[in-house]
Amino acid sequence: MQIKIEEDLIMLDLCGQANEDILSQMADNLCHCGYVKESYKPAVIAREKVFATGLPTGSYGVAIPHTDIVHVNKPTICIARLKHDVDFVIMGEESETVAVKLLFMLAMNEQHAQLNVLQKLMGLLQDNEALTYLATEDDKSKIKAFIIDKLNLEGGE
Amino acid sequence: MAKKVVLVACGTGIATSTVVSDAVDKLAKENKIAVEIIQCKMMEVPSYQDRADLLVTTTVAGKDYPFPVINARSFLTGIGLDKVKNEILEELKK
Repeated sequence: MQIKIEEDLIMLDLCGQANEDILSQMADNLCHCGYVKESYKPAVIAREKVFATGLPTGSYGVAIPHTDIVHVNKPTICIARLKHDVDFVIMGEESETVAVKLLFMLAMNEQHAQLNVLQKLMGLLQDNEALTYLATEDDKSKIKAFIIDKLNLEGGE
Repeated sequence: MAKKVVLVACGTGIATSTVVSDAVDKLAKENKIAVEIIQCKMMEVPSYQDRADLLVTTTVAGKDYPFPVINARSFLTGIGLDKVKNEILEELKK
């Protein structure tokens, strides 16, 4: 199934005290837009505690929270830019954290999800110019177009 | 040389292990090493314990295994990638 990006799922200057707070707001938005089931929120929060998804990059700290496919209706990526960095445990570490600025919450509904899209997303995380663009651009329609282009997705509706 | 069995595991077996599996597959092919890659969830790793030669994972291994464990976060961030590729190749060439 084609991954769709929506302006409603681009959350700019999101505020939250702790990572659970941020994950909760993003999951609520995904649920509200119909992409995930209500069970997604507790599942993605629980999973982050066991399998952390913080990633230090060359510029901004990033996290890619996600959870099992049973909680997802339609595939998408919810993107958030935090007003103030929030600490996430680094993927593969017990307790070391990274200050996260950008989040890509993945709602994937296929086991071994879309390799091409995931590879392009990881490529984006290695592209400091792209991360800087996402950290500074305020126009959601431009961000949406940028993501669709970078991940080589088809446009909206 | 017998084909090495490489487990590639992440928390859900969906996202990061998909990217890493493909990268390890390419790495092995580039170096003309025959491997069998099994992509799985971390919790499934013990069920492959008897067959595997190496575990490449993006998450915390959590316990000791009878085979080496290599952290694969570099395949996602690009940071320190050459070092991790070399570690994997060394194990595959053993």
